[in-house]
Amino acid sequence: MRIAMTVNGAVQEHDVEARTLLVQYLREACELTGTKVGCDTSSCGACTVLLDGESVKSCTMLAAQADGASITTIEGLATGDELHPVQRAFHEHHGLQCGFCTAGMVMAAVSLLEEIPNPSERDVRLGLEGNLCRCTGYHNIVQAVLAAAGAAGSTT
Amino acid sequence: MIPAAFQYQRVDSLDGAIAALTEHGDDAKLLAGGMSLLPLMKLRLATPTVLVDVGRLRDLSYVRDAGDHVAVGALTRHRDLETDGVLAAHCGVLRAVAAQVGDNQVRHRGTIGGSVAHGDPASDLPAALVALDATFVARGPAGERTIAATEFFHGFLETALGADELLTEIRVPKCGPAGFAYEKFNRRAQDWAIVGALAARVDGSTRVALVNMGSVPVRASAVERALASGASPSDAAQHAAEGTEAPADLNASSEYREHLARVLTRRALEAAGV
Repeated sequence: MRIAMTVNGAVQEHDVEARTLLVQYLREACELTGTKVGCDTSSCGACTVLLDGESVKSCTMLAAQADGASITTIEGLATGDELHPVQRAFHEHHGLQCGFCTAGMVMAAVSLLEEIPNPSERDVRLGLEGNLCRCTGYHNIVQAVLAAAGAAGSTT
Repeated sequence: MIPAAFQYQRVDSLDGAIAALTEHGDDAKLLAGGMSLLPLMKLRLATPTVLVDVGRLRDLSYVRDAGDHVAVGALTRHRDLETDGVLAAHCGVLRAVAAQVGDNQVRHRGTIGGSVAHGDPASDLPAALVALDATFVARGPAGERTIAATEFFHGFLETALGADELLTEIRVPKCGPAGFAYEKFNRRAQDWAIVGALAARVDGSTRVALVNMGSVPVRASAVERALASGASPSDAAQHAAEGTEAPADLNASSEYREHLARVLTRRALEAAGV
């Protein structure tokens, strides 16, 4: 079947099998390999992307379901060489160790801050419950998200 | 992991969905948010040959004040329940339970109707709807019918819905903004409940329902009876496992689940102010 969607601002159109998962579509058809497949069972959140601005697990969604939608992946966050505030905060607060969960963590955090612009630490921990870090680097991830919220808040 | 091949059919109307179900019968499955169905299909535990995608039937996404009850469209997402003002005022318990389903990503996609129609006893919302004496509206080729939540769940992943029927609406009697608690026990934050206990004070009586204590969501009737005859919450909670058939799996033995049911029920009753 033929599907089309906007990915990081550019139109992507491909013939796919109906059973193609969104993550597979993004990585293989769109060649955007920043989005990772971790557990492949919708537990770990490594495959998190934004669907029309909201976080979703792209391993548990058909590409066909995203037909016509707007998708943002980790590759679409920065503006040129300028990192997105959440990316910058992860960098500054050492919010990553091995890096495998990072793309999903950042996308989940972007969606969370869209819904709760000034979160408490508890809000951040609850809001990221769908993302696992096997390095157990949660402390700095939470600090990074709180810092990103503060940075965004100070500019408005 | 990739699902087995299937034919994908996206429908843009309720009639279109019913026509597709009528044509394909048991070979077809409805796809709403896909949060329960797609994981099963990826594991090939479910292999429908036709997938009827109803995810874009926006008309079935709403929460309305309908007088004595709140009417919730079957395709209303958990995220929308969690943030809904009508529910906050008239059925706070449903809003709070929706906020405990899965994680943010799951709540952005999953729907109340999908959760109900899937019929998993480990799901949060079905138990809440059983506790609240909700009514489900189903539409099929022969028209519309209503089914009481207490009659809807027949067994593990089995419901009263016919192969050609679609769940369209959930009607929940108004029960106010407060006076409830849901205690959910799991190991990882976003997991299914190993056991869950919900207590809600409705019209002067206390309702108690249990998650994952049998093949269907159940009311803890013995606890409700004990409370009605004047038992204290902690004494009444001792009856929580009576009449249940708790499953045993890698997470917990039946005996441990029975213990959890008693403890969680006591906590839920106390937190609900019973």
